[in-house]
Amino acid sequence: MSEHRKQILSVENLSVEFDIFAKGAMPWTKPDKLKAVDGVSFELSEAETLGVVGESGCGKSTLARAIIRLLPAATGKIVWMGEQDVLTANARSLHKIRSNMQMIYQDPLASLNPRMTIGQIIAEPLTTHYPETTKAEVKAKVNEMIEKVGLLSNQVNRYPHEFSGGQCQRIGIARALILKPKLIICDEPVSALDVSVQAQVINLLMELQKEMGMSLIFIAHDLSVVRHISTRIMVLYLGNVVEVSVANNLYVNPGHPYTQALISAVPIPDPAVEKNKKVILLEGDLPSPMNPPSGCVFRTRCPKAQQLCAIQKPALLEYTSDHFVACHFAG
Amino acid sequence: MSLLEVKDLSVRFDTLDGRVNAVNGVSFNLDAGETLGIVGESGSGKTQSVFALMGLLARNGHASGSIKYDGAEILNLSEAELNKIRAEKISMIFQDPMTSLNPYMRVSKQLTEVLIHHKGLSRKDALAESIHMLDAVRIPQAAKRVHLYPHEFSGGMRQRIVIAMSLLCRPKLLIADEPTTALDVTVQAQIMALLSDLQKEFGTAIILITHDLGVIAGSSDNMLVMYGGRVMEYGNIEDIFAHPAHPYTMGLLHAIPRIDHQGTELVTIPGNPPNMLRLPKGCPFEPRCCYAVKDCKSIMPELTAQQNNRSRACHSSVESLL
Repeated sequence: MSEHRKQILSVENLSVEFDIFAKGAMPWTKPDKLKAVDGVSFELSEAETLGVVGESGCGKSTLARAIIRLLPAATGKIVWMGEQDVLTANARSLHKIRSNMQMIYQDPLASLNPRMTIGQIIAEPLTTHYPETTKAEVKAKVNEMIEKVGLLSNQVNRYPHEFSGGQCQRIGIARALILKPKLIICDEPVSALDVSVQAQVINLLMELQKEMGMSLIFIAHDLSVVRHISTRIMVLYLGNVVEVSVANNLYVNPGHPYTQALISAVPIPDPAVEKNKKVILLEGDLPSPMNPPSGCVFRTRCPKAQQLCAIQKPALLEYTSDHFVACHFAG
Repeated sequence: MSLLEVKDLSVRFDTLDGRVNAVNGVSFNLDAGETLGIVGESGSGKTQSVFALMGLLARNGHASGSIKYDGAEILNLSEAELNKIRAEKISMIFQDPMTSLNPYMRVSKQLTEVLIHHKGLSRKDALAESIHMLDAVRIPQAAKRVHLYPHEFSGGMRQRIVIAMSLLCRPKLLIADEPTTALDVTVQAQIMALLSDLQKEFGTAIILITHDLGVIAGSSDNMLVMYGGRVMEYGNIEDIFAHPAHPYTMGLLHAIPRIDHQGTELVTIPGNPPNMLRLPKGCPFEPRCCYAVKDCKSIMPELTAQQNNRSRACHSSVESLL
């Protein structure tokens, strides 16, 4: 499916590290390194939705922030539109790239400035990137966006606190879309919302994508939501990609033991199915990323782990068509 | 006789913005050993109902109605009388395991305190019993780790400690308020499996409050659907999931994507949850309901009993919803 579509983003071997200073360390001691994202590679085509799933602490948000260069990357390459490396771009070209890459955040209220009206909030990307736009044009565009996300244009002079969580998320979407970007990175956009409102926002995102043709990177911990919205899904564990696949394949035929456990753990809203379902219970908790296990990072909790797993880190290999798994004993 | 009988429970708060009617006339029964799931969106009054039950309402809150535990009235008891019920007869697990444990106290102290206070055990016996309970919730090396501080445990382990603490006095009723919302799915599966094992072992009745219909589906016998502080529907979970009889329940079931199905478009409930300061006179769901009839705006439908121990509060007939 993705071959004939134009590739817009290619991430190669991206790693992000944080410096961690030990308790009571002297200023001249060398900090420890925490690898939050460890050698992640993927490609994204036009109008495609890549879902990124994993438990808390697996590096989903760090990855999103590194792509848009809100965080510095330690190694790797992020190629935008096949020509420009985001990581080495100078300030001016980065500014230009960012006008095509927008972000939607998790907490709808916290991501809006409480002292700006929603008209000002939605107009801000436009006035920042295209300062020459006339006031009338800005107003017309803001009104167009507001209606597109299902709010009323007579609400432009209100402040964020006057809106509910779902409406605030719509404002965040309008702000991200006003520049007609090619890529939107959504970092847990619906996890703070109630179920009935969550469905509204998911449908809105899917409709707008159909209409405007942008690509989405959709980060979420809710696997049911990710299945619903994504064309391709990437599963992260401790900063490593353990499985990438076309959305449907991943759920029908998961190859990695972690993905299998993750999918079996998701409760299904149907008592007949849920009470007879076999859940693969994982032992223990996520290991500390400060001191990740040798070899395969999942081996400490893996039901299939053998000696080889501690020695050699499995490569991401083709499992079925368009479906890659990083496991020595996939299947 | 049921273990717990809640009749016409209402909770209101007097705030600077006016009176908030958080819970309006909630009634339900709970038998020993049964699990009741309460679902509803934020602000639907599910937490405040059980806070009233435990006597945990904020100072500006006022509860009315009746809550009977084993036939005795427990609503609006004095603090001293409540303390005899809490932990010994009814105990509670909260959403965030970090904030429900005291960060300055060793786990051993927090657990033994309960037993020393309520059961009058000696320190040594209390510690032995605490370790035994930590074993029961499957904390590895409990005897050694009981002396650690809460921050030295992971989120899932902390929730296990909270569960152990709540079961120390073997209460007949355990209230779990969103016990797994702050946890990852794999850990959520561990905790839910643990709760159901413990329920079998100790015969505890559980009230499980959650917004996740999937969690309810896997663990409850009956469920109560709340909206705008009112009960919309009550019944056996298999029945409700197979044949929802209230427009709100139907809406909820259609609005969630399912992991075992490939996506079709989600059917949404239009509009937003109600403002509890300005609840409509009639049914709180009326502004968002596509089955609304003339009476819905002005008259609140009564919760009426149906066949199979079910009840629903809606003016439209069940047949007209299909």
